[in-house]
Amino acid sequence: MLDIAWQSLRNRWSTALLAVFAIAISVALILTVDQVRRDARTAFVQTVSGTDLVVGARSGAVQLLLYSVFRIGNATNNMSWQSATEIAERREVAWTIPLSLGDSYRGYRVLGTNQGYFTHYRFGRDRQLSLSDGVVFDDLFDVVLGSEVARELEHKLGDQIIIAHGTGSVGLATHDNQPFKVAGILAPTGTPVDRTVHVSLEGIEAVHVDWRNGMQVQGEGTSADVIRDMDLEPSEITAMMVGLKTRGTVFRVQRAINNYRAEPLLAILPGVALQQLWDLVGVAETALLAVSAVVVLAGLINLISVLLSSLAERRREMAILRSAGASPGTIFRLLCLESTLLALAGIVAGFVLHQLTIQLVSAILSTRFGMDLPSHLPGVSELLLCIAILVGAIIAGAIPAWRAYRQSLADGMAQRT
Amino acid sequence: MRQETQETSPTAALINLERVRFSWTAAPSPTIDIKQFRVEAGKRVFLRGPSGSGKTTLLSLVAAVIPPDKGVIEIAGTDLSTLQGAARDRFRADHMGIVFQQFNLLPFLSVAQNVTLPCRFSSARRQRAQADSGSLEAEVCRLLLALKLDAGALLHRPAMSLSVGQQQRVAVARALIGRPPLVIADEPTSALDTDTRDAFLELLFKEIDATGASLLFVSHDKGLAERFDQQLDLPTLNRAETPGADMTLQDR
Ligand SMILES: Nc1ncnc2c1ncn2[C@@H]1O[C@H](COP(=O)(O)OP(=O)(O)OP(=O)(O)O)[C@@H](O)[C@H]1O
Ligand SMILES: [Mg+2]
Repeated sequence: MLDIAWQSLRNRWSTALLAVFAIAISVALILTVDQVRRDARTAFVQTVSGTDLVVGARSGAVQLLLYSVFRIGNATNNMSWQSATEIAERREVAWTIPLSLGDSYRGYRVLGTNQGYFTHYRFGRDRQLSLSDGVVFDDLFDVVLGSEVARELEHKLGDQIIIAHGTGSVGLATHDNQPFKVAGILAPTGTPVDRTVHVSLEGIEAVHVDWRNGMQVQGEGTSADVIRDMDLEPSEITAMMVGLKTRGTVFRVQRAINNYRAEPLLAILPGVALQQLWDLVGVAETALLAVSAVVVLAGLINLISVLLSSLAERRREMAILRSAGASPGTIFRLLCLESTLLALAGIVAGFVLHQLTIQLVSAILSTRFGMDLPSHLPGVSELLLCIAILVGAIIAGAIPAWRAYRQSLADGMAQRT
Repeated sequence: MRQETQETSPTAALINLERVRFSWTAAPSPTIDIKQFRVEAGKRVFLRGPSGSGKTTLLSLVAAVIPPDKGVIEIAGTDLSTLQGAARDRFRADHMGIVFQQFNLLPFLSVAQNVTLPCRFSSARRQRAQADSGSLEAEVCRLLLALKLDAGALLHRPAMSLSVGQQQRVAVARALIGRPPLVIADEPTSALDTDTRDAFLELLFKEIDATGASLLFVSHDKGLAERFDQQLDLPTLNRAETPGADMTLQDR
């Protein structure tokens, strides 16, 4: 029976191949969408770990999370260095990492921070940042490059770089007078850290000595040596990460910061804010999955129509099979088998296509961005998805099969075309 | 060989229809309305009638492809109405070989696969075929050779690559494999030219005689009639008030 179904399909290979192709594409699409969705979540979740609170000027929790941790978007307000110091001195607080954003270097964000960043920041499963080359900054004009920045811009230790004001990529005023020197290069992390240029907080202050209200004061090119002698304590920072001595105090500290008198501040738990982000993104994700599901549905409808339209020309085949002793039930099963074979071929091809796409994407990501995606062994959810599509195809295939069954009952042996 | 296929005694009816009536769903009057129709085992019966008179319909009833609205159809002593569902189809696979006018073969299967098609649906038939020549393939070759086909060259060729005359003979091989007691042929010669037709009939008769099967043969072609043991005119049979066999059977 399988050989009959197979050879019958082979005889109509061009239409069969198209049907398989339609299913393959739809399966690859839905699997890839699902994969990207889960990878994106993993990537986000892995970007920050071990940080109990993120503190910034009062805005939205998601916005604060995005600009402070993911370097997406900009802060609308800064928080004062005064407040940051006070928070750092609370007795529940174990460590803090100041974050000062707003400048860029050839399209990459510049982050002003301190040594704490390299000792306390954790990503993935409690992994610490490590240097692949050089040292953490110990001079005012030292920078530490993320791995991608170094690779893409082909920087090595000792290179001089000039930081631009603002975060666009072209047409920005540059801080020409204060060139920085590459002191260290970080190992790849697969997080936004790879795309960040790190300088000390004082370094950020130094490049802004000649700037007043965001405008460069003409003719006032202060030399680096003069700047070294100035008081470079920052007056404000963008945000800070806070680690507590015990997690149990997190809500108390959060409440205290949120009710801070001196200025309106916002403290968020990264996990909670991520959840809020998912709730926001969830709608788009669902929409994307729904569209993919509709594409799968279209593939299945195409399968039905291919089989249905073949039935008319195959009436004689059915009459021959019946005359040789095939029951209408056999005819039904034969057509079900054909649609199942087509669907199976489509799903397998779609799966392979999906794997190839993912392999290609991760190859590109790892050679060009140094990002290591988690290895993509077929997961349970992919398998379930494939099974669900197969079940759908079997149900869809029953429609033409039922039609053939009815036909073979009604036709008798008449050789009518 | 002959004695094995004769499950009934030579004088017993292989086909027996009584008060059989059948209408297609849309038809205003019955297509088939036969008081009685008997074919004895081992006979060659010629059935004729104008186009649309219901010849193929009658064959479908006899072959248990469609059930009658009323009446009894007995084949080899079995009342078809006692068979349910797939059992009817297995009965057909066991007892009958069928040849159509043309397009008899599944075009995408090989010649060998086409010939052995009934053996997929009836193990009894497969066993008989294997017993005849030792193996299924050997029996297929024997039949093809007997039908003047080059078995070696054709066996694994796709059926669609054969000429019409070759295809008809392959269809006969399929009808004969495993020696069914009844061979039904629905205008098997109308797609053939005269020379091919005569050669075809010759081979068909020879093989039918070799297996001892009965032949129910439908044709427009009156010229063929005298080669058969019995001749039937379907319209007469269909309208007959008295048992059809008495009026239409012209025993030679
Ligand atoms: N599957 C079917 N459904 C409905 N009506 C049918 C079907 N098959 C045959 N008929 C009708 O039954 C009548 C007899 O048809 P049938 O095919 O038995 O005639 P026939 O004697 O074999 O004709 P021909 O010599 O042309 O083959 C015709 O009027 C035909 O339209
Ligand atoms: Mg006919």
